[in-house]
Amino acid sequence: MNWKTFYALLARDGHVARRNLLPMLLQNLLQPLLLTFVFGRVLTAGGVMQAGYKSIILPGVMAISMVLAGVQGVAMPLITEFQFTREIEDRLLAPIDVSWLAVEKIVAGMIQALVAGLVVIPAAWLTVGSGVHFSFQPVEFAVICLLVALFSSAGGLALGCSVGQTQIGLMFSLVLAPMMMFGCAYYPWSFLKSFPVLQYAVLINPLVYASEGLRGTLTNADHINTFVVMAALASINIILLVVGLKKFHSKAVS
Amino acid sequence: MGIGIRIENLRKVYDTPPPSAARGAGFSFISQRSGGPKEKKDKKKKFEVVALDDISLEMRAGEVFGLLGPNGAGKSTTIGVLTTRTQPTSGRAFIGEFDIWKEQVKAKRLIGVVPQRPNLDFALTAREILLFHGAYFGQSTREREQRAQTLLEQFKLTDRADDMVRAFSGGMMQRISIARAMMHDPEVLFLDEPSAGLDPQTRLLLWEIVRDYNKLGKTIVLTTHYMDEADSLCHRLAIIDHGRIISQGTPQELKASIPGGYLLRLRFDKAPEELLAALRGLPGVTEVRSADHIATDVYADRGGPLISGIVTAAQAAGAELRDVHIAEPSLETLFLHHTGRSLRD
Repeated sequence: MNWKTFYALLARDGHVARRNLLPMLLQNLLQPLLLTFVFGRVLTAGGVMQAGYKSIILPGVMAISMVLAGVQGVAMPLITEFQFTREIEDRLLAPIDVSWLAVEKIVAGMIQALVAGLVVIPAAWLTVGSGVHFSFQPVEFAVICLLVALFSSAGGLALGCSVGQTQIGLMFSLVLAPMMMFGCAYYPWSFLKSFPVLQYAVLINPLVYASEGLRGTLTNADHINTFVVMAALASINIILLVVGLKKFHSKAVS
Repeated sequence: MGIGIRIENLRKVYDTPPPSAARGAGFSFISQRSGGPKEKKDKKKKFEVVALDDISLEMRAGEVFGLLGPNGAGKSTTIGVLTTRTQPTSGRAFIGEFDIWKEQVKAKRLIGVVPQRPNLDFALTAREILLFHGAYFGQSTREREQRAQTLLEQFKLTDRADDMVRAFSGGMMQRISIARAMMHDPEVLFLDEPSAGLDPQTRLLLWEIVRDYNKLGKTIVLTTHYMDEADSLCHRLAIIDHGRIISQGTPQELKASIPGGYLLRLRFDKAPEELLAALRGLPGVTEVRSADHIATDVYADRGGPLISGIVTAAQAAGAELRDVHIAEPSLETLFLHHTGRSLRD
């Protein structure tokens, strides 16, 4: 393992991320803030939603931002770099095993997802105003955050290596939109009990565990048991890592 | 001490279409074996492209070695294998003492690669491309800043050094690609069709850079389909077509191996056997070929002085000479001699 090269690869991604800081922040923050404002403030103030909804939506929005950060930070650059211009070739020729480049992408994606998630909490809290009932469990929260960040960037790697330049639009409407709507971000999993089939079907959606895990460790809202969430996220992460690394390798070498 | 390259019985068969035929490392392929209507049913299974067909070569330390061949001959696939970017189906290749596929990281430290199409990191400026490249190879901050500045000056890129490369012209992108490949001072420099798309002036600059780099004792491997480039730059050459080595040696040796040296491409309205026999009897003629008894290739040790004899022979046989082209001894005629087709076909 060649740490100097690994660090240089990470430094390159950091440099590019800093250069694109403003558009990236807007990309990651604007949508969740609008969501929290409309659902958490306008609808609750108007009486359409109960005040308790604020505690439900805040962790959900955080989960969505973290997962989207992985897609934006890992999948989209990979799709661009692996297209016909092969921008990634220079890094594939760096004196390090090509799989470490994939690992580097995952680490960079995790950092971005963590930053996005942690920025959303204060920002969203300010937008929804008072009324969020926090019940903070720091250790469990940290573990869940790391697992969600890893899910986000490993998922970004697997997605980025499976989707072509021309299918980006499809990726958003076929993969990300259903994932977000059925990801228990806007409602707790227990609310789906009137739709029993759906309630069990959504369990294949990793965002469910991200939302529920953050909900359980951040607020006192109704949620799936945190240890079940950790186990589920860990298993999903292992699968995504294996698939992502394999796909990366086959894209990198012909 | 330079580093040499050894290729042993290398084969590469693509069983799936390459991810993108226009990749930066450059992949082109030659024959697609899709058979008759029977095979069409399981066409997907049968997809097979033989890009390299049992190639063995030795590129010596400190020489400029050229791979010459038409598009799709297997040049870029050879470069792909030698630069760890393509996994060989069978056979082995060594850079110095390292088996390229098994000891990739050690091999990668020794090589610099200029791809067929610029694959620059579009998120960076020209200077940053060089600086990060140096960082990947573990250079210290001061070392890489100095080296980047030297290369930017050498390649006449200082005034655009801090601009994003996505706005660069093709020639500038090519120059920064070459500078990048030389940034970590590799022992072996690979250039895949380096002068494709360059204007004559930049091409001369490129040749000068290649020669200077070679003078430092570095091994240079380049692919080209330009005869003059191969002729003036390369110490030794391999001519490659359909994934096989047709011929190899110094440009002089290769040219000397053409029977006679001169090639007269003739065209008659008809060329009966008696005419061909008469042509074979002309002074200095070593070989006469005519597949269709119209177009006829005459290999000889002289060119123009033969014309009157050819015209006389044609009249005697009742044939009419319609076209004459005299090619002096060149790699082009060599290629024609071995493959029966022109390099640009």
